[in-house]
Amino acid sequence: MDPVQLAIEGRVAEQHRHHGKSQFFWVWGALLVMTAIEVYLTYQNLQPVRMLTILMGLSLVKAALIIGYFMHMKYEVSRMKWLTMCSLVACLALMMIFFPDAVRIISLGVK
Amino acid sequence: MAHATLPQDVPAVSEPSLFGTYSKKIGMWLFLLSDSLTFGALLYAYSYGRISTPNWPTPFHSQSIVNATVMTAFLLTSSLTMVLAVRAAVQGDAKARRLWLLATMACGMGFVILHGREWSKLIAEGLTLPIFPKMAGQESDGEFVNVSKTVPQFAATFFGLTGMHMLHVTLGVIYLGIIALRRNFIPILLVFWLAAWLGTPVYSPFHYAAHILLVVAVVCSIILWLKPKVYDAADVEVAGLYWHFVDLVWMFIFPLVYLMSAKIL
Repeated sequence: MDPVQLAIEGRVAEQHRHHGKSQFFWVWGALLVMTAIEVYLTYQNLQPVRMLTILMGLSLVKAALIIGYFMHMKYEVSRMKWLTMCSLVACLALMMIFFPDAVRIISLGVK
Repeated sequence: MAHATLPQDVPAVSEPSLFGTYSKKIGMWLFLLSDSLTFGALLYAYSYGRISTPNWPTPFHSQSIVNATVMTAFLLTSSLTMVLAVRAAVQGDAKARRLWLLATMACGMGFVILHGREWSKLIAEGLTLPIFPKMAGQESDGEFVNVSKTVPQFAATFFGLTGMHMLHVTLGVIYLGIIALRRNFIPILLVFWLAAWLGTPVYSPFHYAAHILLVVAVVCSIILWLKPKVYDAADVEVAGLYWHFVDLVWMFIFPLVYLMSAKIL
């Protein structure tokens, strides 16, 4: 293998050695608690829009915890963080262009 | 005419990594970014159908919600065992690495089995797709026979989205199996294929989908035969990225598909 790649792998492995086990258990616990909150809210029969807002908010926090800690993104260089996350958010946000059309179908009364 | 000569004994100079990490990991991140757009498109298709259809069905009873919650717990726990496998691999503890990888696979298999059970229950109650094999007695009774006819986009987006995710989890379990056991995993994979094929009834979509395992077993055998290698800590970390991504996607499918379509009486 390329010696430069080996050196980088060694450095990344060195970063991993400094992460305590307890941190991962805390993140796992937080994810389970947030899942329990989501299920609890389902049984409360909230209004759909309110329910959706809360669920998506919790899902975004859970996604951030998984990407940041489990996928190690928190410890990557800032260039990697910004490029990957900004491109992903921009592409997913662009897909929202279809939603006004979905609302328009309801207002048109299309069966 | 002047001749430029290059000295022969100078060591090669390489630029440092632009993203501060090794190529395999950057490659996996790029794959995951593209794959997230696939799942993004499926989730948006589901949401589009939901917004534009006033009589969107809510087929998930309390039992389905409990089942999906246990599935979520399986995936979250598998992510924990996966990071512990990466940690063990970095520390050079081969035994712990293998055990944590096997624990991750067990959680992933638990998820797939529960998900398969949920699908089978819904199909038996009449929620189906035209491409699924016909089941005796399905046309006459069943809670969701009308749903498949009046709101076909529900079944199409539900099975499309959750089926794509189930396929990712299955491939993830195989990926981890290859990393943990290398060639020894191929016979185990063939046993899984036979069990899935012979253990499911002919009217179940899983009876035919089981052959994916056979195809993957052949592909993996060719790869391992052409390029045998010992997988190091970097390979475990890259496999972990894939596994966490599968977990991450479920964090959006679970609330959007299950919790927002729950029928709690």
